[in-house]
Amino acid sequence: MTTTPVATDATRLSTAPEPPKPGGGRGLAATGRRWWRQLTSMRTALVLLFLLAVAAVPGSLFPQRNVNQSGVSDYFTAHPDAAPILDRLWAFDVYASPWFGAIYLLLFVSLVGCLVPRMRLHVRAMLRRPPDAPRHLDRLPQHAAPGSVPVDPAGLADRIAGMLRGRRWRTAVRHHDGSVTVSAEKGFLRETGNLLFHFSLLAILIGVAWGSAYGFYGNRLLVAGPEQAFCSSLQQFDDYGLGSAASSADLPPLCLELVDFDARYLSNGQPEAFSAETRYTLGDSAPRDFTLRVNGPLRLDDGSVYLVGHGYAPVIRYTDRYGRGQTSVAPFLPVDQMLSSEGVAVFPDANVNPKTGKREPDLQIGFQGRYMPTLPDNPQSGHSAFPAERGPGLVLFAYRGDLGLDAGIPRSVYSLDQRQIDQGQLRMIGDQPKLLRPGQKWTLDDGTTVEFLGTRQWITLQLRHDPGAPLVLVAGGVLLAGLLASLTVRRRRVWFRLSAPEGAADLRGRTIVEAGGLTRAEYTGFGDEFTRLVARSVPDSGSIPARDSAPPSAPPSGAKGD
Amino acid sequence: MPDPVMADLSDQLLTVAVLCYAIAMLGHAVEYAFGTRRPTRRTGTRSLVTVGAGVSNPAVGADVSEPAAPSGRADLAGKADLAGRAALWLTVLGALAQAGCLVTRGLAAERVPWGNMYEFTIATGLVGVVAWLVLGFRRPVRHLGLFVTLAVVLLLGFAAVRLYSRAGPLVPALNSYWLKIHVTAAVLATGIFMVGFVAAVLYLIRDRHDDAVAAGRWLRFPVTLGVQLPEAATLERMAFRLHALAFPIWTFAIMAGAIWAEEAWTRYWGWDPKETWAFISWVVYAAYLHARATAGWRRSTAAWIAVAGWVTMLINLFVVNLVIEGLHSYSGV
Ligand code: HEM
Repeated sequence: MTTTPVATDATRLSTAPEPPKPGGGRGLAATGRRWWRQLTSMRTALVLLFLLAVAAVPGSLFPQRNVNQSGVSDYFTAHPDAAPILDRLWAFDVYASPWFGAIYLLLFVSLVGCLVPRMRLHVRAMLRRPPDAPRHLDRLPQHAAPGSVPVDPAGLADRIAGMLRGRRWRTAVRHHDGSVTVSAEKGFLRETGNLLFHFSLLAILIGVAWGSAYGFYGNRLLVAGPEQAFCSSLQQFDDYGLGSAASSADLPPLCLELVDFDARYLSNGQPEAFSAETRYTLGDSAPRDFTLRVNGPLRLDDGSVYLVGHGYAPVIRYTDRYGRGQTSVAPFLPVDQMLSSEGVAVFPDANVNPKTGKREPDLQIGFQGRYMPTLPDNPQSGHSAFPAERGPGLVLFAYRGDLGLDAGIPRSVYSLDQRQIDQGQLRMIGDQPKLLRPGQKWTLDDGTTVEFLGTRQWITLQLRHDPGAPLVLVAGGVLLAGLLASLTVRRRRVWFRLSAPEGAADLRGRTIVEAGGLTRAEYTGFGDEFTRLVARSVPDSGSIPARDSAPPSAPPSGAKGD
Repeated sequence: MPDPVMADLSDQLLTVAVLCYAIAMLGHAVEYAFGTRRPTRRTGTRSLVTVGAGVSNPAVGADVSEPAAPSGRADLAGKADLAGRAALWLTVLGALAQAGCLVTRGLAAERVPWGNMYEFTIATGLVGVVAWLVLGFRRPVRHLGLFVTLAVVLLLGFAAVRLYSRAGPLVPALNSYWLKIHVTAAVLATGIFMVGFVAAVLYLIRDRHDDAVAAGRWLRFPVTLGVQLPEAATLERMAFRLHALAFPIWTFAIMAGAIWAEEAWTRYWGWDPKETWAFISWVVYAAYLHARATAGWRRSTAAWIAVAGWVTMLINLFVVNLVIEGLHSYSGV
């Protein structure tokens, strides 16, 4: 056994690796090592963190495609010159851009490079016995020399070590020539927490990547009524997104019908609560009922169904020249907070001669409409007075001609084809729109009629599955626990040196106790903790104060930390 | 339905709170101007250390500041001490009124009283005041109340003038118990960050002051304020403690927000401006903790990062809500 205290090691409380020596040598390997060291340094981590923060800013200034597609289109219209250039710089897809990706990938490489060596050192430190006492305990931030006690050093050492172990300190007793030292160490949880924190950042990144590869979503507008029910196949969604590793086979075999929709509003029109009664089946299961709410999605095993929007679908009945009636349930899109809504009802099969079955290409009928759930005092304004139906009205513009549906060009189902109108293929009937209340009928110039029967409610749904979310959630919990441990726990060491007195006859059979303690500067409660430990280490009676230093006098108070 | 009596009471209590803080500010100003904390000033070197644009003698400045002396030493100092203590108790009164403002607002609207920006700002201010009071009663930093009360009066004034909205229920998307959890955590973290920011700024001032004094340089405003401040190390540690407390709460607030967003908006993270800026603040504060933990770096570097962190918080609170508004709306389905 050596009596040389390993002072430098003992007084180092951080498991941070030694700062690397300036890398020598030329050659590829040496250069690589230098770069690697640079990348995994704390300074680089800091710079990358800053870059990440700065790089996230443009995403809040420019509309982003994944959030606000129409905002991007508006931006292109408003800034026709700048937008394409910005687009090339990924200004509208900041968080999917290569430069944003490069920053966070570098950051995570740096993180792994920084933390793997730290983890090795931490594990080694936990397996190792606490280091021996430094030679000069009196040079440590905490020091006490409580005096001498009438016990032999070895016995006292065991007692102190037992006391410390009872307080969950890791201890080691070393016998030297003429003295015994007790080393104790505590607070490894700090570094464990720190490592957990950083690795859960990594886990979150993996969870996000997993979710976007294996996840999917689909949006669907669904009108109330059993015949409107939809089943979750890709064709039935108005739009959808599949992760790169997901396929249509991953969609749950869901069929869902909107039974009823209920909305409550305050007197100023602010919505207060929405609920949608739905009935659904999964595969061959019996139908089940579920009430969808804004904060209450329908949870399935592999996906959830969310309520994301709602509106009115006017029901319009058109009776053509041959007396045949057709009914259209056309969802109208809200254009303001009071749910004034716009849309169209088209009758491409109107006026087909039942004898010949021949379609007259210029006798198709379409209505462009504006619906107001509560007609205002001045219906011309077109703005509803309240979002619920308290005296609704529907303003219709009637058109006859070729609707242009056969051209095969994708077009909005919420407006008539403006090109057909411009080319005179589709002509407005009369020069006035007509206001209809529920049940009212309008007879057109050719004697055909259109009747506003009432409305149905519709909702928009999103079916979404993010298989990475549970991992992200768990990693988030670990992250928080690790962070708390890392910020509250303090790594600390105490040493006791118990030596037999030399020479002095009056001290024969006694043991001189000296103690020292070390922690990070932030932990101001350590002084109290140290004082208490020292007080507990010496037996209550029979201790003689040392000549040169008074026993610790501070009463234990307010010490915290573990 | 909103209760108009309670709603009016709430508005009046806010006025009372602002009045209390304004008078407290006066008291603190008196203490700040006439109070004495430095032994050197009591012994007649007063002319050397004047508040405002003054000169500081290196020998005086190097002197370590000490807790306020018991009142009654010098007549003026005693009165100033009284003013300071009265100001602190007035701040307590103001905090009670402010808490009452929130409670009555909650009763009026029958929900937690932090559902919109007006309420969020008032709640955040309250957390800041309470954090300040805990510090102010326990540590020798009471005369800093001048800055805290000034900040709170400005904050509440801004809330009342620019952000006011009548008490009312929430839109459906906000109607979730995650609102209580998420916003409560956000309010707490923001309030504590705010006090931490004040501590960081004061530390920077004191640090500058010490440097200037050591180099025998002239002092100019605001470095002259350093004369009155606690020791640099004390302020720095206070700033760190507050940030280390607020950061996990902020982390939790973001995570609770993500859980709520998953329920209400179908995805847990969507990079809307509010989320983006919460993330930016989080990253900047993480950088602060890094810089603070890196041995061999100047503490003032870390303090500047903390200041940057607070700037991002302010941007998120005010610029994102009031200027970038429209990209994102908390109303509707
Ligand atoms: C993904 C980005 C990162 C984030 C958000 C982050 C966040 C944090 C936070 C909040 C702390 C404070 C907790 C504590 O005091 O233990 C911390 C500490 C620490 N981080 Fe990071 N970090 C990141 C990346 C890195 C990287 C790349 C490195 C390596 C270069 C690193 C090394 C450290 C070390 C060594 C500590 C402990 C400091 C101490 O001794 O107290 N971190 N980190």
